[in-house]
Amino acid sequence: MKFQRLGLKLGLLLLAVSFLFVFSCAKHKDASTAPGEASTEAAEKARQAGETEQEEAISEEDIAAREKAEAEAEKRQLQAEKERAARQEFVNENVYFGFDDASLTKKARQILREKVQWLRNHPDRDVLIEGHCDERGTKEYNMALGQRRAQSIKNYLVNAGIDPSRLETISYGEERPLDPRHNEMAWAKNRRGHFRLK
Amino acid sequence: MQAKESVGIGLIIIFALIIGQGGWPSAAQAERVYDYINISDPFLKKIPIAVPVFKTMSGSSEVDAAHKAADILSSGIEFTGYFKLIDRGAFLETPREKGITAVDLNFDNWTDIGAELLITGGLWVTDDTVRLEIRLFDTFKGSLLFGKRYGGDIVDLRQMVHRFCGEMLYRLTGNRGLFNSRIVFINKDNGKNAIYTCDFDGHGPRRVVEGEAITLSPSWSPDGRAIAYTSYAGGEPNISIRGMESGETRRISYEGINITPSWLPGSSKLAATLSVNGDEEIYLLTESGKIDKRLTDSWGIDVSPTFSPDGKKMAFVSKRAGTPQIYIKNLDTGGVRRLTFEGNYNTEPDWSPEGERIVYSGMNGGQADIFVIGTDGRGPTRLTHDAGSNESPAWSPTGTLIVFSSTRSGTAKLYVMTASGTDQRPLLDLAGEQLLPDWSPAIETR
Repeated sequence: MKFQRLGLKLGLLLLAVSFLFVFSCAKHKDASTAPGEASTEAAEKARQAGETEQEEAISEEDIAAREKAEAEAEKRQLQAEKERAARQEFVNENVYFGFDDASLTKKARQILREKVQWLRNHPDRDVLIEGHCDERGTKEYNMALGQRRAQSIKNYLVNAGIDPSRLETISYGEERPLDPRHNEMAWAKNRRGHFRLK
Repeated sequence: MQAKESVGIGLIIIFALIIGQGGWPSAAQAERVYDYINISDPFLKKIPIAVPVFKTMSGSSEVDAAHKAADILSSGIEFTGYFKLIDRGAFLETPREKGITAVDLNFDNWTDIGAELLITGGLWVTDDTVRLEIRLFDTFKGSLLFGKRYGGDIVDLRQMVHRFCGEMLYRLTGNRGLFNSRIVFINKDNGKNAIYTCDFDGHGPRRVVEGEAITLSPSWSPDGRAIAYTSYAGGEPNISIRGMESGETRRISYEGINITPSWLPGSSKLAATLSVNGDEEIYLLTESGKIDKRLTDSWGIDVSPTFSPDGKKMAFVSKRAGTPQIYIKNLDTGGVRRLTFEGNYNTEPDWSPEGERIVYSGMNGGQADIFVIGTDGRGPTRLTHDAGSNESPAWSPTGTLIVFSSTRSGTAKLYVMTASGTDQRPLLDLAGEQLLPDWSPAIETR
């Protein structure tokens, strides 16, 4: 049943297509053989040519504008990407600490200088500074040590002129390790100050 | 046997009677009655003791309960660390057949197998209630030390037997309270943090607070009716105080961290570390969370307070000398002295209930061990060796046992040991990590 119906539909479709073909050929023939319409045809051609020229002129302008816009967009995008990268870096680049130590290393200060720059460029952004510890040591003490780490980062930023009201601190002690493994490399990664945008 | 004196004991147990000849000095009169246990080194020599299956006094339907009662009694007294249970297979006579009073017993049969003490018991079961008769004998003297009768619902058999254990421990050591104490701890499982409590021996763990948030440092109030703890439930580390019966929770929340709560003995105040003034200092807080006074004043970390039993001194952890060490502050004079000098990472102090010692964890190369030090600086004595990281020690209310967490079997679990570090054993078997235990005082209303 189904196949029969499909066959019928295909047949009808073929018929319709062939009718269309015949009809369009006939129309074409009519146009080319009608004598009284030659001039009109030429005028039409000329008009079309003018139109084409005009069209091209607009296109050039258009392209120029578009190129400019594209360039600007690209620039904006580049800027946005740069901005995003800067923000990513601001958020992702952690400050690391020594064992049982909340003081800032030379490397930490260098990173914090970049953070200061970003915070100056974005006076509308507030941040949360997280202090973390490695799993060694005891939970209660590490809770306090994490706070001390966050606080020493905050102190650095405030001394560099950042409004303290933009900076909040929190300690997670040893409760949120970045690397759950139990080795020197993991511990070094976990003793960190992390920035979060609010 | 004639009952000569009756003592009411609590809600669950209907009555308790002394059985045998003569009474004993009143509680006010004597610290301890018998001199079997060497108090200065109580765990050096365990007292061999025999605990035969109880006698069924009115029918064979009581056999299960008779075994159960003897087993609860055995594991209860063994838990104290003072006794060595003699295997029932070695027994030469069977009190459940012969009888449980002095006239029924041939004490030579007990001294021959090395038992210095013998506990016999008998029980009557009627419907859902049970009556118990338990006696403690000195096998060498062939005499009854004391006997007690208990009665109550069969479901409370465990509590009744533990009443006897508590009485016995008190008479032998002068210490009360172990058998009606509880332990609170943090259970971390599948990223969830819950607060659990269990009996003194790990029996019947139950969840009292559950949440996704980080939860730390549970601490019993001096009356055992509330716990204080640190919780990140509001996003930041705040202190919660929870009534154990009401379930009501009050939150103490100052800017910065609010951590390591610890109660002032005999009071509703508690000390905790706050960073509200920019630096981590210990403050005394009222139960409603108001700052009563500041207890430390030194730049850097001051954390983990614990009070002497008289509330006049406070031990705490400070980094004032460069590494975390334990200090004692005299709250009357304000004087502070450093207590620990060995090692460069000594934290988590807990002041013993008898007042003379402090237990803490000391770390060397990432692995922590438990140490005990005299409050005068005597010692310290190391109690754990080469068995994972051992942290967060807490005294039993008797000052004879210490609960702590250890990673000796992989993940952190709770263990108990004597104050001398002997008899280290797991407290309970529960999925997940168990951390930060605190042992309650004796809780009378249970």
